[in-house]
Amino acid sequence: MSQPFRLDGRGRVDRQQPLSFRFDGTTYTGYAGDTLASALLANGVHLVGRSFKYHRPRGILAVGAEEPNALVELRTGARVEPNTRATQVELFDGLVARSQNHVGTRAVDLMAVNQWFAPFLKAGFYYKTFMGPGGAWERLWEPIIRRAAGLGRAPRQPDPDAYEHAHLHCDVLVVGGGPAGLAAADAARCAGARVVLCEQEPRLGGALLGEIDSLAPWVDEVASGFDGEDARLLGRTSVVGYYDHGVLAAVERVADHLPTPPEGVRQRLWIIRAGAVVLATGSYEQPLLFQDNDRPGIMLASAARRYLLDFGVAPCRQVVVATATDDAYRAALDLVAAGVAVPTIADVRAAPGPFAKAAEAAGIEVLRGAVPLRALGRQRVRGLEVSVDGSAPRRLEGDALLVSGGFQPALQLASQAGAKARFDPDLNAFVPREPAQNARLAGAARGVFRLDACLADGREAGASAARDLGFALPSLPPLPAVDEPEERPWPAPLVPRDGKRAFVDLQNDVTVADLRLAVQEGYRAAEHAKRYTTLGMGTDQGKTAMPAGLAVLAAATGRPLAELAPTTMRPPVVPVAIGVLAGRTRGRDFRPIRRSALHDWHERNGAVFVEAGDWLRPSYYRDGALSLMEAAAEEAMTVRRAVGICDVSTLGKIALFGPDARTFLDRVYANGFAKLPVGKARYGVMLREDGIVFDDGTTSCLADDRFLMTTTTANAGAVLEHLEFLHQTAWPELDVVFCSETEQWCQMALAGPRSRDVLARLLDGVDVGDLVLPFMGFLEAAAEGVPVRVFRISFSGELAYELACPRGYGEGLWQRCLDVGAAFGIRPYGVEVLSILRIEKGHPAGQEIDGRTTAGDLGLGRLVERSATGVGKPLASRRDLTDPGRPQLVGLRPVDPEARLRGGAHLVENPMAASTATDLGWISSAHWSPHVGSWIALAFVAGGVERFGDACLWAVFPLRNEAVEVVVGPVCFVDAEGSRLRG
Amino acid sequence: MHRIRCPFCGARDETEFAYRGDATKRRPPDDADEDAFFDYVYRRANPKDWHVEWWHHTGGCRRLVKVVRHTVTHEVHWTGWPDQPPSLPDGAP
Repeated sequence: MSQPFRLDGRGRVDRQQPLSFRFDGTTYTGYAGDTLASALLANGVHLVGRSFKYHRPRGILAVGAEEPNALVELRTGARVEPNTRATQVELFDGLVARSQNHVGTRAVDLMAVNQWFAPFLKAGFYYKTFMGPGGAWERLWEPIIRRAAGLGRAPRQPDPDAYEHAHLHCDVLVVGGGPAGLAAADAARCAGARVVLCEQEPRLGGALLGEIDSLAPWVDEVASGFDGEDARLLGRTSVVGYYDHGVLAAVERVADHLPTPPEGVRQRLWIIRAGAVVLATGSYEQPLLFQDNDRPGIMLASAARRYLLDFGVAPCRQVVVATATDDAYRAALDLVAAGVAVPTIADVRAAPGPFAKAAEAAGIEVLRGAVPLRALGRQRVRGLEVSVDGSAPRRLEGDALLVSGGFQPALQLASQAGAKARFDPDLNAFVPREPAQNARLAGAARGVFRLDACLADGREAGASAARDLGFALPSLPPLPAVDEPEERPWPAPLVPRDGKRAFVDLQNDVTVADLRLAVQEGYRAAEHAKRYTTLGMGTDQGKTAMPAGLAVLAAATGRPLAELAPTTMRPPVVPVAIGVLAGRTRGRDFRPIRRSALHDWHERNGAVFVEAGDWLRPSYYRDGALSLMEAAAEEAMTVRRAVGICDVSTLGKIALFGPDARTFLDRVYANGFAKLPVGKARYGVMLREDGIVFDDGTTSCLADDRFLMTTTTANAGAVLEHLEFLHQTAWPELDVVFCSETEQWCQMALAGPRSRDVLARLLDGVDVGDLVLPFMGFLEAAAEGVPVRVFRISFSGELAYELACPRGYGEGLWQRCLDVGAAFGIRPYGVEVLSILRIEKGHPAGQEIDGRTTAGDLGLGRLVERSATGVGKPLASRRDLTDPGRPQLVGLRPVDPEARLRGGAHLVENPMAASTATDLGWISSAHWSPHVGSWIALAFVAGGVERFGDACLWAVFPLRNEAVEVVVGPVCFVDAEGSRLRG
Repeated sequence: MHRIRCPFCGARDETEFAYRGDATKRRPPDDADEDAFFDYVYRRANPKDWHVEWWHHTGGCRRLVKVVRHTVTHEVHWTGWPDQPPSLPDGAP
């Protein structure tokens, strides 16, 4: 029979729209408006999975986001999503779900033997096995645990769906569309505030959805005001994080209720900036503690009531109710009215509240002072054993057991907003204090449980939030009248004497006995006990475990409950898919890509690109069948013998203007810039304030008050920040301004013995001879009318120039260089060769300027010493930074010319005894040098200069088990006297 | 996420700023000795309290903003230009 537990004429699901779905391979039907949980219950399915640790059969406990048990794997293929709460999954036609955490079927789980090993899997099990006998962890326990533990399985394919981030600004954000939230949102909106109302369910109403329809017209009326930009309703939207300064994050499930997202996005992350926030997050009903309180068929009373009234589903034929609250009587009475047998209500209190009479009038036996001892049944609850006032146990038969231990305000967002919680002995619940941020709590979220009080409380919170922001409140129509009797309070959580199999945290299989053991072993504080036992962890974060867990801890440590406080609650409040946090920034869109003005040319001409920070730069240009190594050797030899051209646009370029620009430069560089003449460039070394080398580059003097600084590609942004910090905080009196112009110029290096020949034919009527443009000279010229800045600087050690032109002319100038250079054998080269050439010449780069080296380490000591002042100078002279024993930059080549050197290799005297104690230094950069004809390297070696010519060092690379004998020498492998670059 | 009121641009997200640390430290004159610079670079009070600090609006106007922020609650009491004396709440040290 289809849906045997669906009741005719009840509930708000759409009977005209039957939906078919599969659970563990069986096909069932439900209706539009169902959740997976309500549809399973309608079909009489209570056993929906197995627990995390002991693989005990588990059912559906709750109706909302707090569900700890009913976690299922949803959908198929790449859209598989583990650990979705069946209570939050909206049913759609063709939905496929599977139960989790079993080997075999959910009914016959081979891993259920774990229950019999429970004595070995108790609190602190992991820690104890880590510390167990040698090797037992790796050989025995870890493989077993890896197989048995874990919640669900992650999909193996990439997520096919799209996610996006969106931003909202509002005056008042109301979280929760229940009675208090609706009243708050309505009041704030009427006052003229821009309001956003977030509700995690598809429908408004919150706790009202589990009630009879009396307030439905009011809900509709409030909702009708939320229809635009200034009053916005976000349904299916969970606020998951409350961050600083009124910033909150919410996840909107845009298309999760559909088989596949029709177009656009599956989920949307809202980043909401709110002037004030009203937290109307409601409360969670808490279960009761007794033995085997985790059996399928045991359900929170309020959940059963909503399944009945909202979904038209009866939990079973005959219900037992165990309660500490009056609210459970409402569920019992509604069930009786729907034709479900409720023979007995076992109330732990000696004096039940106002509904007891009505219950007895309806033929329900009310047991007063009835303490639940243990649940009967295994895969499905069969009843409850209770003891009334200490008498002999009595068995109550039923195929569902409704429990109600009290209501606990949902503290998560309040806690994130800085509101610590305290135990309220009148309410017997933890209630939040005032939040640190501009947030107000309303309704059940702050312990106001009566419906009429909730409505008034919500209205006041919304009104005061608006008032605070300067909005004047109009007079509002009266709130709907609600007639509710005064209820009696529930007691603090009762802790059973025998704590075995009395589950506090259903999701993590933490029992009362586990917590007692933790206390016995010294974990008395709530935060410690949580970490030791996993209480309150997992996807539900202990929403149905916290008050009971603290009560157990309080009892076990002999403290009053009021001395304990809930553990810190962190975002997210409910599980969030990683995909929605990533949004669009994934794969190729993870970071922006920077492309030089010549990028398209490189692409058309066979460049193989490499990432350099955000930039894409040509590594080398494909040349027939040549390998990277061979192609690079060709490019490098072209530079050494003829002329090459390389795109160096990525270098940072900072323009400085002003009468004090020169003074400013002289201070920020460690070497002097006070006397740099107009038309000249100078190499500069920049130190951090602590004396370590920060960056290097050349700076040119364009005019007495105009300079152009270049930085390394990697540090372009950091150098600009450094300069701004110094100028604005230390030397605001200096009349200088500067800005980055990296993107505005296209820059190319023309390097090699024939570079001057190319340049002479390139520029319009300019003498580029050595007298006019000597080494480190600068001039402004034009090439076919295009303005070109020409710097005679060299990174390769060859006669070389760098040409810069406005970005838009870049490709034209580049092509013109190639055309003119063709007669001289020009070819483009990439960063691979840039690297070969600079290692051959011994120029330090990022591998050497690594944030640990001083100017002295890099062989730049003398350059820096000539200038008395400069940023970093005072601390650079500290003893340990000037110790002659520090590793110094040297050049290395292998004794065997065939042997390969590797960056990262360490240098020792005896390769058989390589250790940190015998370590003399490391190789920072290594490359095959076509010029030298062997591998060469730059390295840092203790006492470097004294070891020149010394062949007694070995470069060891333990990862590949390599040891190569090396000769130490000067850093420069080509043209040590510099005649080429000055030629 | 912090919202920081840049005196030039208005309230902006923390992600537009780079944190630059303690703004009570003044860079010593260039010719000051090692101890003075050691103090400037390394010594920090690390208060669990109100803190005057630099935030660099790198994703905006690129000005350094002086911010008085509480290191526990993250509340921002005041923001201003580098040359302005910070306004501290009553009772702050």
